[in-house]
Amino acid sequence: MNEFNGEVKKMMIILSKASLENVYAAFILANGARMEGIEAELFFTFFGLEAIQKKKLEHLHVATVGNPAMHIPTLLGSLPGMEAMATTMMKKEMEKLDIPGVEEFLDIMKASGVKLWACKLAMEMFHLTKEDMYDGIGGIITVGEFYKKGAGVGTHMLFI
Amino acid sequence: MEKMIAGKNIQVNEEGYLTDFSQWDKSVAHEIAHHEGIGELTPHHWKIIDYLQDQHKQEIPLSIRKIGKSGVVDIEQFYSLFPQGPLKKATKIAGIPKPASCI
Repeated sequence: MNEFNGEVKKMMIILSKASLENVYAAFILANGARMEGIEAELFFTFFGLEAIQKKKLEHLHVATVGNPAMHIPTLLGSLPGMEAMATTMMKKEMEKLDIPGVEEFLDIMKASGVKLWACKLAMEMFHLTKEDMYDGIGGIITVGEFYKKGAGVGTHMLFI
Repeated sequence: MEKMIAGKNIQVNEEGYLTDFSQWDKSVAHEIAHHEGIGELTPHHWKIIDYLQDQHKQEIPLSIRKIGKSGVVDIEQFYSLFPQGPLKKATKIAGIPKPASCI
């Protein structure tokens, strides 16, 4: 019998937030896994659902309040226009690094074999239906079903 | 380090990527492809290998996104032609360095 060597075989990533920095962290981790030949599945729950909502996915923002890495006073970060400005700046930098926009990134992940799942409970809470969501999602599932998909040796779960 | 590939002593790094492209030829590509579980290289595989080598020559960094826009192959086909990490495997077969890209 072969002994398991500890290698990562599957990444199950849960995205619960909608700020751009969190969405990109989840996407890059999922896509990066596929690039290494590792399976990847993304579970969108709570505010994370905004990343796969047709109407919202291209309008996500960087958090300027409550984000110490912004290095600006919280009061300043709360001024109108600050989030938009920070977001524009970040998007420019990302384009330079060849990082795609949210919808294109979803398309790339779908084509790369990343499975995309929407959380059933959160969908109900926000009164969303499948028609509101990005067409490439695999379905609307419960936490239990998501865990089942993570079965097997070498699966890791990540909460963002 | 040196590795015997297709009957020749080839310079490779610890991950098996060629360190001297002048040692690359089609027989080397075939043997690496076989070793990586890709099997027989089809004309479509070769088109992609040519494209990757050409980009490398022009010193353009490789990414999945760029390959998807190249017109040579779409992302889904790229994953099915080179399963289990297409960019990693295709560059190894093409005799060029492993891309340091995360996207």
